Amino acid sequence: MSGPGTLEKEPGAVPKGPGADDASGRVRPGIRDRQGLLAKILIAPAVLYIVAMVGFPFVLAVLYSLSDVSTGDPTLRIVGFRNFRLILEDSVFRTSLKNTFIFAFGSQILVILLSRVLATALMKEFRGKWLARFLIMLPWTAPIALGTIGWLWMLDSIYSPFDWIFRRVGLLGAPGDLLGPMQNLYWLGRPALAMVSVITVHIWRLLPLATVIQLAGLSSIPKDIIEAAEVDGATPWRRTLMITIPLTLPIVSIAFLFGLVFTFTDMTVVYVLTRGGPVHATQVISTWTFFKGIEGGDLAQGAAISLFLFPVLAGVAALMLRMARRTEVV
Amino acid sequence: MGRIEIRGLSKLFGQVKAVAHVDLATDEGEFLVLLGPSGCGKTTLLRMIAGIEEPTAGDIVIDGRVVTQLPPRMRNIAMVFQSYALYPHMTVGKNISFPLRTRGMEKAVIREKVEWAAGMFGIGHLLDRKPRELSGGERQRVALARAMVREPSVFLLDEPLSNLDAILRASAREELRQFQKRVGVTTIYVTHDQVEAMGLGDRIVVMSQGRIRQIGTPRDIYQSPADTFVATFVGSPPMNLIEQGELMVGFRPETFLPADFVGDAEEVVRFPFEVTWLEYLGAERLVYGNVGEKSHALHVVSRLPGNVSLPVEVGHTYPFAVPRRDLRYFDRVSGLRTDGVAT
Repeated sequence: MSGPGTLEKEPGAVPKGPGADDASGRVRPGIRDRQGLLAKILIAPAVLYIVAMVGFPFVLAVLYSLSDVSTGDPTLRIVGFRNFRLILEDSVFRTSLKNTFIFAFGSQILVILLSRVLATALMKEFRGKWLARFLIMLPWTAPIALGTIGWLWMLDSIYSPFDWIFRRVGLLGAPGDLLGPMQNLYWLGRPALAMVSVITVHIWRLLPLATVIQLAGLSSIPKDIIEAAEVDGATPWRRTLMITIPLTLPIVSIAFLFGLVFTFTDMTVVYVLTRGGPVHATQVISTWTFFKGIEGGDLAQGAAISLFLFPVLAGVAALMLRMARRTEVV
Repeated sequence: MGRIEIRGLSKLFGQVKAVAHVDLATDEGEFLVLLGPSGCGKTTLLRMIAGIEEPTAGDIVIDGRVVTQLPPRMRNIAMVFQSYALYPHMTVGKNISFPLRTRGMEKAVIREKVEWAAGMFGIGHLLDRKPRELSGGERQRVALARAMVREPSVFLLDEPLSNLDAILRASAREELRQFQKRVGVTTIYVTHDQVEAMGLGDRIVVMSQGRIRQIGTPRDIYQSPADTFVATFVGSPPMNLIEQGELMVGFRPETFLPADFVGDAEEVVRFPFEVTWLEYLGAERLVYGNVGEKSHALHVVSRLPGNVSLPVEVGHTYPFAVPRRDLRYFDRVSGLRTDGVAT
């Protein structure tokens, strides 16, 4: 409550800055103070990485796709667009192109919807939240191939626990049952069901990441704004529609596009579960590239197949960058 | 319309009593200011009135209706947040019309009301802009327009001026006050700035540690503080308090003047005042120093108006005095004001 009456008056001793007493008056900063140099040093690894690990393989892929190189004859002879013509005539390629889009869009739309539900739940306080969070994140910590092998057993044509449960509750195995009279569903053996299985496992695997992204989006909305909407008379439903969804749209779009790119370029789930089967019903571009180019040894056609995705991925990447700029809320 | 009554309202956060058994009633059309240091529970109290914080105990009555259990949208209140909380993805026009759209009002009526509200705050030309394209002052007007557009029965403001720079704040204060008088909506205004509180409030509610310390007009609060907390929280520099036996004696710095300037017309109390520090503030001088014996020095402040031209120097002792009618007495233990007489 008392004023600063006890303060002693400091004698005006301002410490002199470095170089202030330099006779010439002009002081040059040392090498440690040069920001330009530091920037170059810090950026160099990224530039090296992009040139060596992205640029070089890309140029190589373009070269291969225009040649007739194979594992048996690695000499590079340019043959023009023959490879592209050949794969376009191939019905398997057209099936895989279609499957790639079904697989990517089907899984990502569901991932976005489900991750929003999970993220909304995790925004609330409830008992055992740590356990829920732990379980939701668990698939992300499992090595992809191992997790998928686990699913391979779950979806086994004879010993699938899902089939066993369905038989037990009377949905499967007897004439007139909802899921049919056979003893098993043959998850990975029937074209439509195989696609459903592959998509489901892929969702299981990408859901944790999408949930974390959605959670970040939801918690970035200032609490004030939600409360203001509440005071302004918005019901919870309207708040979601008019405030939460529009405000998280940029970050959700990024999660969606990221998942799309990830799905387009990844082959683990399909390769482990179905190897593209049955009869190419789950064949996607990435697995088809692998089978043609690596297992079949036709590097040129493999490169051409993989390059087909380039325009799509480039477009998606451009969109992502634009979205990233739009996320600057307020 | 617009009478708020608060009965025994409490809010516990874990073990901490943010608001402890508060009773309060506003008059219709009154401008009531909740004043207190940060953490005193004033914002929590406001948020409970708005309905975005649920009270632990007690009731809130608006216009004779118990609204304690009702969600905010059923209370017919409007609130302006400290951050303004404008919807960043909507234009100014959409922001202002939001409370009307949630009510499913007709488009033509909405347009008319938005124009009315925007016109009232002089932001009609900004309706197509996004909040991020506005200055601080403009955002504040949008927030006010959004709150007023639905003609609420109660208007709640949570430190709406604290994000403005000093010059803008003074003019916004005046505007806000005139606007409130014009529309006559009961207003509850939270601030920790006593100048704002004194300038705006019909009555001020001084809060500390979740309790109400005093309710009164700015004059009451300043002239007759209910306890030592109010005495030292309101006023800058705060009231001087010196111990005297069982009592604390308080006097405002501007009543503590050189003996020659106090005059002998009324009964005065004299002190020898040893000056230790001096601040020249243009219109006035603040003189810090000690009264009483060397061994038991008591620190006090005097506020000399510009027309007191007496030369004052650090290190010297001068005869100062306070008119006896300007002395206030407080109980030394409880801090409450008493009518005790002592010298």
